[in-house]
Amino acid sequence: MKKVFVKPVSLTGKQWHYCPGCGHGIIHRLVAECMDELDIREKTIGICPVGCGVLAYEYFNCDMLEAAHGRAPAVGTGLKRVLKDRIIFTYQGDGDLASIGMAEIVHAASRGEKISVFFINNTVYGMTGGQMAPTTLLGQVTTTSPYGRDKDREGYPIRIAEMLAPFEGTAYVSRVAINTPANVARAKKAVKKAFETQMQGLGFSLVEILSTCPTNWGMGPVEAMKWLESNMIPYYPLGDLKVKEG
Amino acid sequence: MAKVLMKGNEALGEGAVIAGCRYFFGYPITPQSEVAEYLARRLPQVEGVFLQAESELAAINMVYGGAAAGARVMTGSSGPGISLKQEGISFIAEAELPCVIANISRGGPGLGGIQPAQSDYFQACKGGGHGDYHLMVLAPSSVQEMMDFALLAFDLADKYRTPVMIMSEGMLGQMMEPVEVREPVTEQYAKPWATNGCAGRKPNIVNTLHLGVEELEERNRHLFRKYAEIQAREKRAETMLTKDAELVVVAFGLLSRVVKKAVIEARKKGIKVGLVRPVTLWPFPDEHIRECLETAKMFLSIEINMGQMIEDVRLAVNGQAPVEFYGRIGVVPSPREVEEAIMAAAEKGGLV
Amino acid sequence: MEKQILVAGFGGQGVLSTGLFLAYAAMAEGKNISYVPSYGAEMRGGTANCIVTISDDEISSPLTDTPMQAIIFNRPSLDRFEDSIQPGGVLVINSSLVDRAPRRQDLEVMQLPLTELAEESGAPGSANMIVLGAYIAHTGIVNIDYVLNSFANIFKGKRSHTIEQNRKAFLVGVEYARTRWHRS
Ligand SMILES: Cc1ncc(C[n+]2csc(CCOP(=O)(O)OP(=O)(O)O)c2C)c(N)n1
Ligand code: SF4
Ligand SMILES: [Mg+2]
Repeated sequence: MKKVFVKPVSLTGKQWHYCPGCGHGIIHRLVAECMDELDIREKTIGICPVGCGVLAYEYFNCDMLEAAHGRAPAVGTGLKRVLKDRIIFTYQGDGDLASIGMAEIVHAASRGEKISVFFINNTVYGMTGGQMAPTTLLGQVTTTSPYGRDKDREGYPIRIAEMLAPFEGTAYVSRVAINTPANVARAKKAVKKAFETQMQGLGFSLVEILSTCPTNWGMGPVEAMKWLESNMIPYYPLGDLKVKEG
Repeated sequence: MAKVLMKGNEALGEGAVIAGCRYFFGYPITPQSEVAEYLARRLPQVEGVFLQAESELAAINMVYGGAAAGARVMTGSSGPGISLKQEGISFIAEAELPCVIANISRGGPGLGGIQPAQSDYFQACKGGGHGDYHLMVLAPSSVQEMMDFALLAFDLADKYRTPVMIMSEGMLGQMMEPVEVREPVTEQYAKPWATNGCAGRKPNIVNTLHLGVEELEERNRHLFRKYAEIQAREKRAETMLTKDAELVVVAFGLLSRVVKKAVIEARKKGIKVGLVRPVTLWPFPDEHIRECLETAKMFLSIEINMGQMIEDVRLAVNGQAPVEFYGRIGVVPSPREVEEAIMAAAEKGGLV
Repeated sequence: MEKQILVAGFGGQGVLSTGLFLAYAAMAEGKNISYVPSYGAEMRGGTANCIVTISDDEISSPLTDTPMQAIIFNRPSLDRFEDSIQPGGVLVINSSLVDRAPRRQDLEVMQLPLTELAEESGAPGSANMIVLGAYIAHTGIVNIDYVLNSFANIFKGKRSHTIEQNRKAFLVGVEYARTRWHRS
């Protein structure tokens, strides 16, 4: 009999600390499955963000580092420059990557660092209690944009994938979402492609993954998935933005 | 071996290469830039990597990654750049990653100036970043020591799994002296903790997050057991004419050589004066200072700042003798000026 | 014996390379040396200076505010440093760019018109080598034959044409000192 739901070897199997319905768990699983399928677990080193993903080192069954808030791409750069034949990935939230760590991500991308970045866009600072993120949508209410994000007050949400795709150093940039089984399948393909891009030495790869934070959005998991579809995807369109072939 | 005339910053860079460092991550700032420039030329020649980071913040985190990978890694900066690195330094200290940080100091606060200074003593020795931790801090006084301390720093870093800072006045980085170039270091420390891929073993984790109350406290205790060991074994100081000294001057770095000359001159005038030059600023060589208490009636801390190391001198002396201070900012005082300060202190202490 | 020499002038006059040459020459002779250039704020306004210490023994302080000897390339440097030179010290002045006589009576003052000498010698960029030739010939601070023999070493990596030009300029200075300066 075919097993339908086996735990990837690249996960430790430790119980998630994530809230019910949170996208992080789904995304961890996708990354781990790809590591398994590419058989790279033993040569992969992952870097956790500061954010809800901070404990990812408990879940990924490979060498892991935990970086300061926003600095994962710099830490990844240091690792990769020393360990040229290893696979390095960072796992970063939108506050981590697009706010405090904006300089590190932009420069790692422009240098074409051969690392893979999994960028979890859930439009809020999940870990600290749902404050506004650079990716918070116009009109979206958060604890620090209590009147809804206003372009004149808080400015516009940042589209990271669109921003980095034109960089000469980026080899693969894609945006995916996890709101439907079909989208999850696409997301997995993108994650795999990112790893493959790195394995082929083509350059920097980034997958922006639209995710949910039911807790801070004040919704149930199902409702959150719907909200993602009707609010996030229109502003953050899905698809490959850059594919450099080997 | 024939000596080579080298700039302090270059001797430091070459010392790092000799120590087996192949990775430098930095961001330009005066008066440190020659370290970076030298290694930008030198490292590719030995299959190493020089990378100019987008900021000091990025540079220190690249060091975090490189050190976790198990390599000998270095960064360098000055003043505002060292401040920016503090976040990363705190992480590196807690993650127990070995690395070397050069602080070719300038005067502050703020942008301050690029003149020679020792104003970062507190920052280097008392934490600098958040949390309970220490760096080992070495203070070279000659161009030769810029090279030698690079070797020493990498060794101590690996031995104790700790970040080591080499702190020198900007002027020492700029000046030139003949250097005996050392033999390449071949000894390597095993680093079974490195995150370099888990083939054939359990995954390694480099982490600084400890949410459990007991876990966090134990981590701190662990670090401080290590610091106690470092304090017991690694205090280093140079002493001169302290055997019968009634007045003991304490000074470090390039300044200590100026003080040496002044001490010799003051001796000629009949003042029983000696010098203790801390080589390790942390761990602070308090025993070397306490030993002087047999004859010392007074101490004089001379620094290129408003009085920072003096606090450690006072702790070492522990109220058993007065501790005076003489300081300048952004200027290495001349031997004549130091001699006057010594004479003034001696007079005040009734030692003339 | 320890001697500390100040070299001061405008940036671009070869002030720092003058000091460095002296350091190299003394080092080649087996002396202890140190060379401290001015940098940063001190360089503002285009001035440059350096202190060279030459000693038979280990050098304690590479710094001084009272050099024994000084080579002064321009007027502002003379104004700034004249008072600091130790009594009985040597003061070499580029008279092409210093339009006043020194006030100090307790120094051995040696003057030479560097701009003119450099032009005459056909190598206008070599004023620093001329002053070095004159200064070393006069003071004997390093052995002059030794220096002449060490040229190739000191200018290691430079083209032989450049080395020759420097040696020629150096000899112009030596000749000037021998014929025009008298030991007082
Ligand atoms: C220097 C620093 N500033 C602030 C924080 C507090 N902090 C922890 S997580 C976080 C935001 C995380 O948000 P995001 O990156 O979007 O991740 P998420 O939790 O949403 O997955 C902040 C501000 C910190 N740890 N370090
Ligand atoms: S706060 Fe949001 S992002 Fe964090 S675990 Fe809960 S649902 Fe997930
Ligand atoms: Mg977020």
